[in-house]
Amino acid sequence: MDELISLVNWSRGQFALTAMYHWIFVPITLGLTIMIAIMHTHYYKTDNDEWKKMTKFWMKLLIINFILGVATGIILVFEFGTNWSNYSWFVGDIFGAPLAIEGILAFFMEATFIAVMIFGWDRVSKKLHLISTWLVAIGSNLSALWILIANAWMQHPIGTVFNPATARNEMINFWDIALSPVAINKFLHTTTSSYVVASLFVISVSSWYLLKKRHIFIAKKSMLIAAIFGFISSIMTIFTGDSSVYQVAQKQPMKLAAMEGLYEGKTSAGLVTIGILNPKKDINNDEKPYYFKIEIPYLLSLLSYRDADAYVPGINDLIYGNEEQQILSAEEKIARGNIAIETLKQYQNAKKQNDTNALANLGKKFDPNTKVGDYFLNNYFRYFGYGYLSSPHELIPNIALTFYSFHIMVSLGFLFILLFLLVFIYVWKDTIENKNILLYISLWSVLFGFIASQSGWIVSEVGRQPWIIQDLMPTVAGVTQLSVSNVQITFILFAIIFTTLLIAELSIMFNQIRKGP
Amino acid sequence: MLKKITYLYIECFRNISKTGRQLLVILFPNFFVFFIILKLIFLPNILKTNYNTDKDIADHVIEQLATKIK
Repeated sequence: MDELISLVNWSRGQFALTAMYHWIFVPITLGLTIMIAIMHTHYYKTDNDEWKKMTKFWMKLLIINFILGVATGIILVFEFGTNWSNYSWFVGDIFGAPLAIEGILAFFMEATFIAVMIFGWDRVSKKLHLISTWLVAIGSNLSALWILIANAWMQHPIGTVFNPATARNEMINFWDIALSPVAINKFLHTTTSSYVVASLFVISVSSWYLLKKRHIFIAKKSMLIAAIFGFISSIMTIFTGDSSVYQVAQKQPMKLAAMEGLYEGKTSAGLVTIGILNPKKDINNDEKPYYFKIEIPYLLSLLSYRDADAYVPGINDLIYGNEEQQILSAEEKIARGNIAIETLKQYQNAKKQNDTNALANLGKKFDPNTKVGDYFLNNYFRYFGYGYLSSPHELIPNIALTFYSFHIMVSLGFLFILLFLLVFIYVWKDTIENKNILLYISLWSVLFGFIASQSGWIVSEVGRQPWIIQDLMPTVAGVTQLSVSNVQITFILFAIIFTTLLIAELSIMFNQIRKGP
Repeated sequence: MLKKITYLYIECFRNISKTGRQLLVILFPNFFVFFIILKLIFLPNILKTNYNTDKDIADHVIEQLATKIK
């Protein structure tokens, strides 16, 4: 068992490493393509050469970033098959369909038109060139849509039915999956927050030019576009973040409890804005959960259930159960999960023995169209993944990592609004080059943008542990049975390669920035 | 249009900039390490390597899922 846990942890670490490196490049691509399209449109309308230079310059930085984003993204997709083969088979069609659409439609659209966008100056008509630039922006965002739909299904699996004969979840309604509220929120929150990071990137590079008194016109105009785009995106991120919290409260209450360090559930729960957790706190002791906290009364209940007096379940409720709130205990869910696994085992045995009667009877339990199936699926199979857990404790994610990541993300998100506002005001007044402190803050702001963005993914993914698919499959059941040493070696090699790629990217990018537009 | 885009690609790769060449120099050895060395030696796709048909894979995965991992 210890070896299995070690394998799961190294495999998770490897996936997290790849995803975190990938996510350095993606947010910039998502937002920068739109800002470039806006700049290109302005050039198309005005025919001003400064706007052309500006558009070409940001395109160069985009392409460096885009290529490395693709390189890390391809590896991420391969890791599903190599390190998470049980999971890959189990999700089958659900993950396959959105990723196939992503590959065929969005990525090819993006890859085709990115060539026209980069190389099309004076080679294609101005109109086709502009259209290509917009199609790159749309294509890159569409790519994100399909991947995020697949991720959202892992957080809230719907629109599917499990086939015990093939051990795969089969899609019964594509639109239930594609338009699930979790998917829509995830897409909107991820893209709008990425636009914020990309805006900070443009502001950061432009600030450097202003501090060096170079390319003043281009720097100011770029800053203006980024400040407006970033400000609007930040406001949208607040709204989409609010909807995300609402969805998490309904579908992943343990994640919400971890985000807030909430051990005891309560009505009229307040939202902790700033807090320091007590690391000694555990569900089995009476230690205080916080050393220090500042709370806004009623806000957590209001955000989570749209009712200031609503009951927000804490970690203890979710582990020990709460009859009054109709929350099952973890022990009960584990027992039901065990029954679901046992039923699958019986089905497998019947298949081996070619016992057609038993197969027909057991098959009905997995068929949502039969009465017995409806009952079994809603009362037992929905807890299938719990059957793999050794103890209720395994249901608790890393509280400190989830709590601090959530609070860092939110705090930085609000600070960015202030930054965008100040940059906008001073660029508008044409006094930005005299505001050295603001320019230095702007210069480093992109680093904090990355911290906020990565923190968001930590909340999303660490906060839902132990699940690879919520309630259906824990990581321990989804992992490929590789030798731990192989995964350790590849983890180290991946870390070296990704770091090399990042250093190479940064050196090429800094070189381009030094050269200027 | 597809033909035009293909020519555009060919022409541009012929006249690729220094930055473009640098990117390719960085990327290709990395892809080689990832897909040839790592994938073949350390991380084979076990399901595709060890089983021939979807039915075999399904039986293997059910066996794994039905045998509780504790």
